[in-house]
Amino acid sequence: MVLVFAEHQNGTFKKAAFELVSYGYKTAQAMGVECAALVLGQAEEPASLGKYGASKVYQFEHEAVQQFDSQVYAALIAEAAKKLDARVVVVNHSSTGKSLLGRLAVRLEAGSVSGVNAVPEVNGAFRVKKPVFSGKAFATYEVATPVKVLSLMGNAIQPAEVGDAAEVAAIELDPPAAQVKVRDVNRVEGRVPLPEAELVVSGGRGLKGPENWGLVEDLAELLGATTACSRPVADVGWRPHHEHVGQTGIAIRPNLYIAIGISGAIQHLAGVNNSKTIVVINKDPEAPFFKAADYGVVGDLFDVVPRLTEAIKTLKTD
Amino acid sequence: MKSLVCVSKTPDTTTKIAFTDDGKAFNTQGVQYIMNPYDEWYALVRALELKEARGGTVTLINVGPAENDTIIRKGLAIGADEAVRVDAEPKSAFFVARQIAHYAREQDYDLVFLGKETIDYNGSEVGAMVAEMLGVPFLSYASHMEMEGDTAVVSRDIEGGTETVEVKPPFVISAAKGLAEQRIPNMRGIMMAKRKPLNVIEPVEAEDPAVAVHYELPPEKGDVKLIDPENMDELVRLLHEEAKVI
Ligand SMILES: Cc1cc2nc3c(=O)[nH]c(=O)nc-3n(C[C@H](O)[C@H](O)[C@H](O)COP(=O)(O)OP(=O)(O)OC[C@H]3O[C@@H](n4cnc5c(N)ncnc54)[C@H](O)[C@@H]3O)c2cc1C
Ligand SMILES: Nc1ncnc2c1ncn2[C@@H]1O[C@H](COP(=O)(O)O)[C@@H](O)[C@H]1O
Repeated sequence: MVLVFAEHQNGTFKKAAFELVSYGYKTAQAMGVECAALVLGQAEEPASLGKYGASKVYQFEHEAVQQFDSQVYAALIAEAAKKLDARVVVVNHSSTGKSLLGRLAVRLEAGSVSGVNAVPEVNGAFRVKKPVFSGKAFATYEVATPVKVLSLMGNAIQPAEVGDAAEVAAIELDPPAAQVKVRDVNRVEGRVPLPEAELVVSGGRGLKGPENWGLVEDLAELLGATTACSRPVADVGWRPHHEHVGQTGIAIRPNLYIAIGISGAIQHLAGVNNSKTIVVINKDPEAPFFKAADYGVVGDLFDVVPRLTEAIKTLKTD
Repeated sequence: MKSLVCVSKTPDTTTKIAFTDDGKAFNTQGVQYIMNPYDEWYALVRALELKEARGGTVTLINVGPAENDTIIRKGLAIGADEAVRVDAEPKSAFFVARQIAHYAREQDYDLVFLGKETIDYNGSEVGAMVAEMLGVPFLSYASHMEMEGDTAVVSRDIEGGTETVEVKPPFVISAAKGLAEQRIPNMRGIMMAKRKPLNVIEPVEAEDPAVAVHYELPPEKGDVKLIDPENMDELVRLLHEEAKVI
């Protein structure tokens, strides 16, 4: 069986969980086995994971899972995987999944591949692809162990509805004692976090100063997009650090990335070049970003962006 | 505080990525290597700051061939006390983690620092493996860490925010931006680094359960479609009808 660890946030599944189940389902199909999901803690409508291909959802509710400790979570997931005789275990390539993958690999004596973006080939050797060099290339990994663990890159596959409600069953597991105590969790309210965002509007040094960010904010607000920025902008404090995208910041792969007043340095591109569609607004026709763009506007951002915002308003009201 | 800092070697961030014709290996011709930025800028510096504030030692560890000594010496020049290099080709995260965990266990470190990921293979795997092998907590993507008595308070980057936790050493921590401020080695540091111990040790036996067997470049992007800056309705139309993203 393929076992996916479906994360939820305070009981709600995010899109990443549906992507994961879809991925698990496709992998299971290729292997000719079933896909099951494991849920730790109480989630709303666990049966809904059946829509994306989980034939069964195993749920473990216990106070030990109310806060995240990678040691506790990994022990539980590994125990479930052993009980259910899972051949492949998949987690999201999220902050949670990244701290679990290596632990699961050790516990399950499994070969691991992190940040995969395609369904594995399973006829013959088990092979799976992932982006490397910050998206500038792809590598195919071969996993030789009987059990494999993978983490799935966000936005790599679209969740597809294939079934009905899944059967939900409780599973008995034995949690070890936690060694980490969570003091608090602080999430920026309102916006979709950058790694999950499908639409991103990003600003660079071309905006001249933080007082001009209204241009970026207004456009983002209208689109329902998340805002991002280049590194120097975060370094000088025009924008918060968590907005910095690129090689040393966050790597994103939204459907649409609008880059405003960003030159397109190779380190910036490394974090955004997996976006499906890239729009570049820059007054310098020689800006390297145009080479990576799908649509380009050569012009002064202070004229172009308000015009673009107006044009989108028109589209939205039509 | 006795800290072990894991440092890896990666191609310089401006490297043009190319592979051998058969797609089996990264083409290293003309490639400049650097210390992985997360290891150098954040993990190492935070370990040094802790030593400066509370005493202790900072040891560097690298799993790699002799040519990595240049990078290790840079770490010594920034301020680490000593270094060890496990003399082996790092083919998989698992192999590397085994070496680090083995050494850390033998030498009984309080803290093992790593970078959040290497910027070449973007694995983000080694830290969690080392933590599991040692049976200690793992705090990934740490952007802040303070000691309050014998307890560490660590903030880690999570989707859309941060999580703050309390944990007692020993533990493994991976560094994200914010954990410390980059330090540039000075002349004195560089001179001193030459005399600091860099011990080369043999690897312990470990397998490579998952290895890269083939590489490829992404398909070339078609030419950019330029749109008249006066005509943003056209851009919106293209995004709506052609790209179908809004
Ligand atoms: C090891 C390393 C890691 C790095 N990691 C990252 C990273 O993760 N992310 C990152 O972003 N950078 C990173 N950098 C920095 C990177 O090399 C660039 O310096 C940075 O991306 C440039 O930011 P920018 O495009 O905002 O600024 P600039 O390069 O100054 O570009 C500003 C652009 O705005 C345009 N412009 C100016 N005025 C206007 C106007 N009125 N209208 C329209 N366009 C205008 C200009 O033509 C120019 O192209 C890294 C660098 C190094 C060495
Ligand atoms: N060959 C290596 N030797 C020492 N440390 C390493 C090595 N490879 C990776 N690391 C450490 O593990 C971190 C995460 O690497 P990775 O899991 O490969 O993304 C790096 O930032 C380093 O701190």
